[in-house]
Amino acid sequence: MSKLSLIIKREFVAKVRNKSFIVMTFLSPLLFVGIAVFVGYLSTMKADLKTIAVHDQSGKFFSEFKSDEEYKYVDFSTINLQVLKDSIVSEAYEGLLVIPNVSSNDSLQKSIQYISNDSPSVMFISDIEEVINHKLTQENFQKAGLDTLAIKKAKSDVSIHLTKATGEEALKGLNEIKIGIGGAFGYLIMMFIVIYGNMVMRSVIEEKVSRIIEVIISSVKPFQLMMGKIIGTSLAGILQFLIWAFLGLVAMFVLSTFFNVQMGATSGMEDQAIQMAKQEMGGTMQLYIKELWNLPIATILISFIFYFIGGYFLYSSFYASIGAAVDNETDSQQFLLPIIMPLILGVYIGFFTVINDPHGTVATVFSMIPLTSPIVMMMRIPFGVPLWQIALSLIILFATFFLVVWFASKIYRVGILMYGKKPTWKELYRWLKY
Amino acid sequence: MSNILEVKNVVKQYGDYTALNEVSLTVPKGSIYGLLGPNGAGKTSLIRIINQITMPDSGEIILDGEKLNPNHVSTIGYMPEERGLYKTMKVGEQCLYLAQLKGLSKAEAKRELDYWFDRLEIQGWWNKKMQELSKGMAQKVQFVVTVLHKPKLLILDEPFSGFDPVNANLIKDEIIELNRKGTSVIFSTHRMESVEEMCDHIALIHKSNKLIEGKLSDVKKQFRTNEYEVGILTDNVEGLMYDLSQKFTLSQTDFKSLHDELKLQINIGTSTPNELLNLLIQRGQVTHFMEKIPSVNDIFIKTVSDK
Repeated sequence: MSKLSLIIKREFVAKVRNKSFIVMTFLSPLLFVGIAVFVGYLSTMKADLKTIAVHDQSGKFFSEFKSDEEYKYVDFSTINLQVLKDSIVSEAYEGLLVIPNVSSNDSLQKSIQYISNDSPSVMFISDIEEVINHKLTQENFQKAGLDTLAIKKAKSDVSIHLTKATGEEALKGLNEIKIGIGGAFGYLIMMFIVIYGNMVMRSVIEEKVSRIIEVIISSVKPFQLMMGKIIGTSLAGILQFLIWAFLGLVAMFVLSTFFNVQMGATSGMEDQAIQMAKQEMGGTMQLYIKELWNLPIATILISFIFYFIGGYFLYSSFYASIGAAVDNETDSQQFLLPIIMPLILGVYIGFFTVINDPHGTVATVFSMIPLTSPIVMMMRIPFGVPLWQIALSLIILFATFFLVVWFASKIYRVGILMYGKKPTWKELYRWLKY
Repeated sequence: MSNILEVKNVVKQYGDYTALNEVSLTVPKGSIYGLLGPNGAGKTSLIRIINQITMPDSGEIILDGEKLNPNHVSTIGYMPEERGLYKTMKVGEQCLYLAQLKGLSKAEAKRELDYWFDRLEIQGWWNKKMQELSKGMAQKVQFVVTVLHKPKLLILDEPFSGFDPVNANLIKDEIIELNRKGTSVIFSTHRMESVEEMCDHIALIHKSNKLIEGKLSDVKKQFRTNEYEVGILTDNVEGLMYDLSQKFTLSQTDFKSLHDELKLQINIGTSTPNELLNLLIQRGQVTHFMEKIPSVNDIFIKTVSDK
């Protein structure tokens, strides 16, 4: 066996055997599901019922407020306003809506008050405003002698139909789905880089701290050791992802059979209703599914592999040289920040720029810059990127990787034998010339 | 081909700092070679260059007649001063891994390991993790790792630090045994007694320069002071002292003895010891006559403080 493969094997085995790896692999899907279930449960929980006292001196509006599960409106119009104000403090109810009796609608608009201890949510206030506005508008129409029914009929509700130049029908919300798919891949790359890059760094620091490094590099070249470490660690990571994918598939299989059984059990009336709904939705759903199949799936998957490898290798050589430069993880923080920044930038550009303008200048440029390209380009690809752009971006990425790995191995070579001092950027630059 | 290692005019600089300044060494085959020098003299820099961990800026290294090249990794066994092994890895696996990195096949490595584990009586450690071992135990494993691949040249940086006296002796015997079988050994150390005891050649590096090199006995000859310790029983102390002081330089000294004799340290200068002895024999009963041979420690301190 060559030395490189020996090192890769050792790193892989050391990672996989590590207790935290085993725990992470099997616990984090559980944790993930647990959090999802918990969030789902929270969202189904009913909010506390809030009582709103309404002091409506005009007597026109109270009937317009409809109590629901969250807000209960109580008519306190007959009670003295001062008494009501005082009892807010004792928290008998959430808030007090005061509508004075003013003849002119114009001045009424400005004299409505909401009094409460806790500041109300924006949504709630705009709901109330809407109710009152609606009532006032209706009144204004009537005062002006307009036919409210005719106005209602005259209102139009436009829904623009999207069609591509090729004549295919386009779908609303498809962009969101596309960015969702691209984003998932881009995010996966980022997570992998951060988690496993850190692992590479820790492993370098461990060798340094345990002082085995000198024994090893009297047998192998530092470059071999660094590459072996990066590759071995990534293999452990890929194994982890494969296990997760497998567990995910199993879970989906189990869930779908479970629900199918339930569907079969429900019969009669409900079944018919479902059939109806299905037919209604069927047309649109089929279009969506067709669109999804039209996505460049092969390009997405193949590019994912390349960007994954390129991005991970590029960043983990940074991580390895940082690990070599410092004596412990605490010292690594100052060097880590500049590495994390482009990753975060990539994700932001993906979610804010790519979705609005997938082929605009900003998105295109950042999908070429090697530090962000694995993330940004992955997010662009579902929108259809010319092949030459992908090729160019990959060439830049891999060329940068080779350049960086050359620098990184220089820092690594010097750094692993340096102890005691907390290095500065200036010092790292000097090491390049040793 | 009679030298296992030749270092020729090696220069190594770190930035503005010169760690090695035109250092040349010759290590004869089969010798135990002591590489001496105070802290920061450049010993470790030199050793790292020999191990191809770093490259010299200029100069040349010849190992066993060939210019140093990556294939030589398997012919050198190196034990760094800062010992260390993977803490969470099992002893056996770790030794196998390191031996394979040195170019042994798995089967060979296993065979050698069995031999050494047996010899050092540590068979039961195979499945222990390094972190479960005591410091002394870990040192034994480290030694095994160093010699496992049967290197022609052993380079040991402070080999006895961290060992208790029993284990230090055990390791010393193993080193001597390996040397007897033909392995050349380079010792880097400040422990002068082990140099005195084991080394046949020494070199002294100080402030990036080599100051002394040669056979231990030759170096000692070079540093002899022509001082002799003399003990004599005589009736006429003053007369003897006067006569001696005419020819030689005298000074007081003390050593353990059975009698209450006159004890002197005499520098004979250019005279021969026999001239001194002749003079003494005529004057009384000589109980003690010994040349003061400089110890390695004396040589070390003298050389280092002179510069």
